[in-house]
Amino acid sequence: MLAIQDYSVAYGQSEVIHNMNVTVEPNQIVAILGRNGMGKTTLMKSLIGMIPTAGGSLKLDGKELSQQKSYERVKSGMAFVPQGRMIFSTMTVKENIETGLTTTSQKNIPENIYELFPVLKEMKSRRGGNLSGGQQQQLAIARALASNPKVLLLDEPTEGIQPSIIREMARTLRRIRDERGLSIVVSEQVLSFALDVADRILVIEKGHIVQDQKREDVDHDKVASYLSV
Amino acid sequence: MFADYTSAELLSIFAMQGFAGLILFSVFVLMALGLAIIFGQMGVINMAHGEFMILGAYVTYLISNLFSTYLPSLFGIYFFVAMIISFFAAGALGALVEWSFIRFLYQRPLDTLLATWGLSLILQQIYRSVFGAREVGVTLPDWLMGSVPLTETIEVPINGLFVMGLTIAIAIAVYLLMYKSRWGCQVRAVVQNRPMAAAVGINTAKIDRITFALGCGIAGVAGSAFTMIGSTGPTAGQLYIVDTFLVVVFGGAASLLGTIASAFTISQAQSTMEFFLSGSMAKVLTLLTVVIILMIRPQGLFAMKVRK
Repeated sequence: MLAIQDYSVAYGQSEVIHNMNVTVEPNQIVAILGRNGMGKTTLMKSLIGMIPTAGGSLKLDGKELSQQKSYERVKSGMAFVPQGRMIFSTMTVKENIETGLTTTSQKNIPENIYELFPVLKEMKSRRGGNLSGGQQQQLAIARALASNPKVLLLDEPTEGIQPSIIREMARTLRRIRDERGLSIVVSEQVLSFALDVADRILVIEKGHIVQDQKREDVDHDKVASYLSV
Repeated sequence: MFADYTSAELLSIFAMQGFAGLILFSVFVLMALGLAIIFGQMGVINMAHGEFMILGAYVTYLISNLFSTYLPSLFGIYFFVAMIISFFAAGALGALVEWSFIRFLYQRPLDTLLATWGLSLILQQIYRSVFGAREVGVTLPDWLMGSVPLTETIEVPINGLFVMGLTIAIAIAVYLLMYKSRWGCQVRAVVQNRPMAAAVGINTAKIDRITFALGCGIAGVAGSAFTMIGSTGPTAGQLYIVDTFLVVVFGGAASLLGTIASAFTISQAQSTMEFFLSGSMAKVLTLLTVVIILMIRPQGLFAMKVRK
């Protein structure tokens, strides 16, 4: 489904992601774990086209994306929830979700998005910037889902969110996967959340994937050792 | 300074100067709406904005000559045709300018300032070479001439009323476009966060181009309206550009309502004070007041409050 081959990303001369090879299966939730500065955000941003690819290929259902602009990738079926949420703070909740409809032919926000996040329906005429952190995170996910993606990328979705909502978010992400049949790639530092949500755990260290295991087979101590400083 | 006038005279003076201020206000609003989109929304400091306005004025001048030579029977409606053509001429030039250099200069305000200042000099010289250095004026159709007497001492010019009506219509149209249409929603998203807007599927390059062109097109319409109250010369745009920036900054850069409110305050203050003091003294007082208010409220009169 999503095939990353010999993929590298660089800032000028300094390469951050080195010849990475990952294949994400349809309907699979993959968590990429790693400490700060190991390349998680760089990888996510480059997958959606905010940072150019230095080499290798990125294919979605056999279609090459690595040379496409961000909006073309969204049209091809990628969607992105960035670190820090980055909702459009002076626009209303409804308008924020509507920006996600740009690549689709739909005029109105599909009801199933509000079903996933009922709080957004209640607050649809509030400005995005006036929502709480957890609500903004839901808004960012709703905005990404509006473009009807095949692959949903989330960059550290638990950052700055209280523990009870983190558990709920794991349930919501699995529900989204089950209802819509899409694949989810989530980068994370919190092992418990990753184990809650993912079918498969990857560990990224200095731009390389050093562990790749199904959730059932994960060696907790080994993974935790990569996450501790 | 009030002692030489009777109270009835003073009332008429205030009413007439107030109305003159309203006409100035209308041109300010038209100019500032275009700039509020380009500067307030996109963050591009467009020093050539006045020249886009003058382009609209020259187009109006050309169209009026065309009509009086070839279609004298339709002279009464030439202004509407001129306005539409001015909009598209200035808009097309805007799109060309955006494509040829502004798009490489986003997020670099100082470079854009210099580049557009250069552009304004180039355009001024082109106008001078094509139309001559002398100012040109247009003949107004009969129905726009004259004035409506309200009382014995107060008269209101018809062309002023027309300019005001036009301003209201365009201000409403811009508001609807920016805040009620899907396109406006995309523009505001791009303005707030360009890379994120691209990552939700918005073609930011295309939105930037259309937005810039729209701002320039509105400046063109402002130029069209300008021909009714002033004569058009190659450097006429420069007289207005500083005032226009003042209006946009004073109102709060990203707010359309603020732009209108500040245009109203500044133009009314100017026009009423000009009658009693000299023109430059009026300007000094206006600027001083604006500077003081901006020291207290650097974000402008109307700024939106949200968590970042």
